[in-house]
Amino acid sequence: MTVRSIELAHLKEKVLKMAALVEIAIKKSVEALVTRDSELAVQVIKEDHKINAYDVDIDEECIRLLALKQPMGKDLRFITTAMKITTDLERIADNAVNIAERAIELNEEPQLKPYVDIPRMSRITQRMVIDTINAFINEDKLLAKDVIMRDDEIDDLNEVIWQELMKVMTSDPSTISRAVKITYISKYLERIGDHATNIAETVVYMVDGRIIRHMTRDKI
Amino acid sequence: MVIPHDENTKTVGSPLLDDGSSKISCREVNVYYGPKRAIHDVNVDIAEKEVTAFIGPSGCGKSTFLRCLNRMNDTIKGCRMEGLITIDNENIYDRNIDPVLLRARIGMVFQKPNPFPKSIYQNVAYGPRIHGLARNKAELDEIVITSLKKAGLFNEVKDQLNHPGTSLSGGQQQRLCIARAISVEPEIILMDEPCSALDPIATGKIEELIDELRQNFTIIIVTHSMQQAARVSQRTAFFHLGNLIEVDSTKTIFVNPEHKLTMDYITGRYG
Repeated sequence: MTVRSIELAHLKEKVLKMAALVEIAIKKSVEALVTRDSELAVQVIKEDHKINAYDVDIDEECIRLLALKQPMGKDLRFITTAMKITTDLERIADNAVNIAERAIELNEEPQLKPYVDIPRMSRITQRMVIDTINAFINEDKLLAKDVIMRDDEIDDLNEVIWQELMKVMTSDPSTISRAVKITYISKYLERIGDHATNIAETVVYMVDGRIIRHMTRDKI
Repeated sequence: MVIPHDENTKTVGSPLLDDGSSKISCREVNVYYGPKRAIHDVNVDIAEKEVTAFIGPSGCGKSTFLRCLNRMNDTIKGCRMEGLITIDNENIYDRNIDPVLLRARIGMVFQKPNPFPKSIYQNVAYGPRIHGLARNKAELDEIVITSLKKAGLFNEVKDQLNHPGTSLSGGQQQRLCIARAISVEPEIILMDEPCSALDPIATGKIEELIDELRQNFTIIIVTHSMQQAARVSQRTAFFHLGNLIEVDSTKTIFVNPEHKLTMDYITGRYG
């Protein structure tokens, strides 16, 4: 292995570690809501700094490699992809923190309804994050494209939750405060799906050199 | 690594230009040093008023191929060229073509600055004088000044035009050689690693100059520095073991090349 290959492998490992923390953050934040475990939610909030540190560290590492190694071709695309991915991962973690904050607030009030679709959304988004990172690590554009297609499912669930809570709020205005917070959580998960999609699109660029952002699904 | 020449000689990317922008066209070009074939079936078009970079590992044939374009290989014993090279649709190997006149149309700048052992003025005036481009001293003065200005050197040497060209710094000498090359109003300038003997500041000046010169000249540059190729050229051609592997826009070559050999070379996997 050349020095550059070792450095790129090291960078890949850091992205992988950051993604693992992000995946745990999503899982724990929703678990904190479903199991009404505010301590778990606090843990998510407290541990966010680790993800932020990775974000800064990976950015600095990418800038160093760009400046000192002047990479070209797929190495160049790999490094710019890593920079973009970490931005999205960091925002996913911020959304997990937002979910944890809403969970703490909701846990202080009686539960409005059993959570069914929110955990489902959470599972799908976690899988999307895992798969996009696997696609990045293995340079697997088919898996990346598959993740992009899954985003519709998240958007549909968000819409279902919104419609359902609208009915609840209309029939009983005393539920508005709690219902709005749940719609927020649904929206945060929907945003996580969007960020996972962004990562998947960047991975396709890394593999193919083709920018597919803003393209319609049939052209991807 | 040896490529079977019969199977893998088709150049990928866009070696041929069918939009009428081609200044030089090369078809089925083979070059031999004695029995050894150094260039294999090269087909490529060079666009007018653009910078084309030739890159590739040492011994890949890029300089040999460059020298075919102004018939410099004619001067090398045992070197033989087959195929067709045209400039503006004119076969430059036609028996009616005078290689000396051809080289006035195609200037060349070499790796090491090689000013004549004459004054700065005489270095630039020499070409126009022997080609009869000036009718009198005033016209010759004008050509010298204009050429030095175009080479970005005039302000630095205007008070010392009678000093020896060799008294200048390496970077200045190289710009003097560029002034000398453009003084005979060529259409094409060939540069064979023009910055390899220069420091980064002098290199930067030559690169800026190349960018300005492409408004008026078709430029081909052989370089070992991929960063330089990326900075100065619009199209890049990658040579490997005498084969022209890939030609495309510089952006494509350095971001998303089609051929694995090109990718391996630009990412430093070998070569």
